[in-house]
Amino acid sequence: MLGMLFSILIFPGLLFVSVFGLSVEYIDRKIYARLQNRLGPPWFQPVADLIKLLAKEDIIPKAANQNMFKLAPLFALTAVVTAFLYIPLWNKESLFSFNGDIIVVLYLLTIPTLAFFIGGWYSTSLYARIGSVRSLTQLFAYEVPLFMGILSSALLAGSWSLKEIINFYAGHNWFWFFNLLGFAITLVSFLGKLEKTPFDIPEAETEVVAGSFTEYSGRLFAFLRLTLDVEMVVGSALLAAVFLPFGFSLPPVFAFVLFMIKILFIVSLISLLRTIVARLRMDQMIDFCWKFMVPLAFLQILINLIIKGIILR
Amino acid sequence: MHNSEEFKIPFGPQHPALKEPESFSVALKGEKIMGVDIRLGYNHRGIEKAAEERTYIQDIYLIERVCGICSHAHATCFIQAVEEIANLVVPKRALYIRTLIAELERVHSHLLWLGVAGHEIGFDTLLMYSWRDREVVMDILALLTGNRVNYGMNTIGGVRRDIDPEQIQQTLKAVDILEERTKYYIEVATQETTIIKRLSGVGVVSYDDALRLDAVGPTARASGVKRDIRADDPYAAYAEISFDVITDDHCDVYGRTVVRVKELMESYKIIRQVLKNLPEGPIAVRAPRMIPAGEALSRYEAPRGEDVHYVKANGTDKPERVKIRAPTLANIQAVKHMLKDRYLADMPIVIAAIDPCFSCTDRLVSLSHIDSRDKKTITWPELHQFSIEWHKQQGIDFTQLNKQLEERLKKC
Repeated sequence: MLGMLFSILIFPGLLFVSVFGLSVEYIDRKIYARLQNRLGPPWFQPVADLIKLLAKEDIIPKAANQNMFKLAPLFALTAVVTAFLYIPLWNKESLFSFNGDIIVVLYLLTIPTLAFFIGGWYSTSLYARIGSVRSLTQLFAYEVPLFMGILSSALLAGSWSLKEIINFYAGHNWFWFFNLLGFAITLVSFLGKLEKTPFDIPEAETEVVAGSFTEYSGRLFAFLRLTLDVEMVVGSALLAAVFLPFGFSLPPVFAFVLFMIKILFIVSLISLLRTIVARLRMDQMIDFCWKFMVPLAFLQILINLIIKGIILR
Repeated sequence: MHNSEEFKIPFGPQHPALKEPESFSVALKGEKIMGVDIRLGYNHRGIEKAAEERTYIQDIYLIERVCGICSHAHATCFIQAVEEIANLVVPKRALYIRTLIAELERVHSHLLWLGVAGHEIGFDTLLMYSWRDREVVMDILALLTGNRVNYGMNTIGGVRRDIDPEQIQQTLKAVDILEERTKYYIEVATQETTIIKRLSGVGVVSYDDALRLDAVGPTARASGVKRDIRADDPYAAYAEISFDVITDDHCDVYGRTVVRVKELMESYKIIRQVLKNLPEGPIAVRAPRMIPAGEALSRYEAPRGEDVHYVKANGTDKPERVKIRAPTLANIQAVKHMLKDRYLADMPIVIAAIDPCFSCTDRLVSLSHIDSRDKKTITWPELHQFSIEWHKQQGIDFTQLNKQLEERLKKC
């Protein structure tokens, strides 16, 4: 019981994932800044931001629905931290591994978007409402290629459990190379989930101020910021576990370090992607997702089916 | 917020996309813009009136501060009018130096615009890059004039500072760097997919509409209107310099971007010619303190378009009337037209594409209440009375204090 509490609250749960999330935010911001020829923030900047926001007053609009407004950030944070517990970090098995956990992780990763929508909607600001409608519209565009990309890898392994998937790729070395297309698709759709350029439409600063987050301040805003950081960690970890499934047989410490390196690699890819593009418009984003990403995801599934039918028989 | 329902969102006076306060009230249906109400006047500073209260020499520095970006444009435009009234023949070297500063200013203004445009479409990398390179031209401006923004280079009858050969060398070196960087930006603006996606087809103004709405500067030239005061009505040294007027037939924001980046290349050409052909001689003639009675209209191609100054002199050392028409006032009419049937996401870049400078534009014409459409002119006593009553409504009443003050004054 105590051990479980420890793993939920401290390692690899809330505390660890928050600290790791903040360091990932620093790395993301630093890489983004260096690529833009700027100096970038000092290492403690995300922590300092968090502490500052936590110490500030919460301002809740009079017209807003108090409960919904307060609960949305907590829901979002809880969901992403929970999702992290289902991802294997240093061996093939995560803490609460079971058959179908990959679906649970994807499901838990959808909750923050819905929470942002609810928080934005009930804060009753016009900008927040437009932003939250946008984030929901965007959800329908990127979610399909994201799921198809991740599940194509699971399809090849023939299991919906992360443990089984890793086991399969450990048995079939270098098979993960077949999933590189799926990796690219998932990574790009994942930018939509994280609301980063080119898919930062819901919080496009020059259009809708801060989107769903417009009315948030103080502690609640700190939770939202932390949610986005943790979401980046969880998403990168999921991508690392599904698309780069090697090195889990190493001794736990090495496996753990290797896994962290994989996550950081994916985070740097995300920073690079968001440096080199402009923000798309909503209609262009939906076009892009449905006209390019989904057919490509189908292609990946087709490739995996063929491999499964011919090579693995 | 159902899709069938129309609703209004305030886009300004305070909004992250706007660098200066200006109000755009947008009627939206979903993401689509149904109508835009533009209200100017949040930045009125009474500069025209202030100019009438000051001497001509003081006015140069006042009018230079009409705009932070095109300060040289306004100052030169004003001085040209004054010189015309006073019948002064400005030495050639001074005209060449004015042209040099004008083109350097155009370079810094266009690079600034490129960065702002990048930011409006969420491409912050372009902002960081172009503003970094803008520092090169800012340094040169500081080297030549002593200031980065308000140069204080002009005086009636010439310029205040001369240029020495070493400064010419440094300027030429900087122009080489800038030219190389600009070539890179031309490549980025014309080849990067997401930029083209966001810019092309947005904010369309056809050739006829550009003429009808009286667009000026790059906004007009991007619609194929070959209108450039430097070529049409040459001032300063432009008559002796060869350059092309850049036009484009895309008619949209993409066209405006292309026109601006290509104009940068023309500016480098002009700067090189000016530095090569810089004539020897004095840099200023002595101007009289009292300007004889008369009036003059002066035109100037500012980075944003045609700038017009009208000056009326009455024989004293102060002008009787100064009228400034900044290029944004001419272009703002087109914005409403550009936003027709576009999406909310296009709004920042469409507004930014005319390179607006709202504080330069604001000249008080009339006051009207924010909620009503009827306009009326308010006189000074009326405005005074209005403010007293407004404060009374807020619970602040000075009548008692005023009475006490009057009584005390009587006792004294």
